[in-house]
Amino acid sequence: MSQNADRPTLPISKLDPSFKYQVAKEVGGERIKSCFQCGTCTASCPIRAVDEDYNPRKIIRMVILGMKEEVLKSEAIWLCTYCYTCQERCPQDVGITDLMFALKNMATREGHMHPSYNAQIGVLSNFGRMYEITDFDNKKREKIGLPPVSNSKEVVNVILEKEELKGAAQ
Amino acid sequence: MKYALFTGCTIPARALNYELSARKVAEAFGIEFIDINEPSCCGMPMRNVNRDACLAMSANTLAKASEMGLELVTLCSACNSTLSEASVELSHDRELRKRINAKLEVTGSGLYTGDTKVWHFTRLLHEKIGPEKISQAVKRPLTGINFVSHAGCHYLKPSETFKRFDDPEAPTTLDALIKATGANSVTIMNRNECCGGGILGIRETTSIKVASGKLQRIKARGNVDAMVLHCPFCNIQYEGNQKKAEKEIGEPIDLPVLYLPQIIGLAIGIDEKDLGFNLNRVKPKTILDRLAAGVKEA
Repeated sequence: MSQNADRPTLPISKLDPSFKYQVAKEVGGERIKSCFQCGTCTASCPIRAVDEDYNPRKIIRMVILGMKEEVLKSEAIWLCTYCYTCQERCPQDVGITDLMFALKNMATREGHMHPSYNAQIGVLSNFGRMYEITDFDNKKREKIGLPPVSNSKEVVNVILEKEELKGAAQ
Repeated sequence: MKYALFTGCTIPARALNYELSARKVAEAFGIEFIDINEPSCCGMPMRNVNRDACLAMSANTLAKASEMGLELVTLCSACNSTLSEASVELSHDRELRKRINAKLEVTGSGLYTGDTKVWHFTRLLHEKIGPEKISQAVKRPLTGINFVSHAGCHYLKPSETFKRFDDPEAPTTLDALIKATGANSVTIMNRNECCGGGILGIRETTSIKVASGKLQRIKARGNVDAMVLHCPFCNIQYEGNQKKAEKEIGEPIDLPVLYLPQIIGLAIGIDEKDLGFNLNRVKPKTILDRLAAGVKEA
């Protein structure tokens, strides 16, 4: 008896055969079609070692099969911690860390940005940096002889607005 | 030796011990830091959602160093790889540079001409000063103290960007600097594993599990006095989240986590007060006491 008898099947009509070509056009996604599914990435991955929800080999297979919705709406693509271990070891030079960045960028454009980035964009927009520098911080710095730091948010704000990142995950 | 210093977001707010000790060590070896004016985020967080936004933020910082006519030094490994990748990509790809500069033009900020070299402070110490000169400057050798180094990921990867100045699978530059202090750099299984900090904001439980694994292996080895690293994110994972890691593995860890310049500073005789040890959450009391007593026994 097949082990896979209980697994749900995916109708071919739900696949997007052009997805791998769309990914291959993205910066970082260019080499996806070279993947021969050896699994070196998954075996090397520190996240996979503790969390089965992340499996880079499987994500690549899903892209090649055309499972666009499933990939771009998944939380899995956001679980890459960009340590580059897989990218350094991939025998086919797929550039997997860069590929994950490409998938996350595509997901964002399709309206599926991970919600945690809303807060990050908010902080960046308010302070131009990931941590606000308060007067208290500057006093603490002065006390130990460090120069003051300012929050300069103008350039960052124009960039965020231009790239339509404010409120991208509504 | 003059460099433009970019301290990034986390360090000037949350890692003053790193910033302070790095500035003191730089000064001791004749490295002059000129702070980049009105610094903003290197762009790293936006890399995940919009590559152009990340590149534009990086270009903004690189342009500031370029205007100063100086090479750029970072203390944070995330800033290091983000700015290094942007610097390489923008210098090789003129079309990309034009597109990114068009975004900067709207902001009224300076444009990037594509010529800023980026250094991580550790690499700068290794290449421009060197372990030999550092060991000659040692006044208080850290003999008999065992450190586990954590080189982390974005100090040297992607190796294509960094032209393999250090081996991405078995790095040695950080260890060479640790050994220059007279201390031992001891090893553990899977020493080069990532801290897991990249997904702390996405799935904290998984992120902490990754960090806990390495802390547990260090405890299991035994006879380790501290971890030595050079990135504020790795520090958040191993020191800031150490209590959470203790909960995860169900036993105390109590491992001091020090920044490389703190131990170099200690060895070359910089006053402990100027190295920010009081700001370390897990106090390196045993090390400081042993040094005060004069370390001899291994």
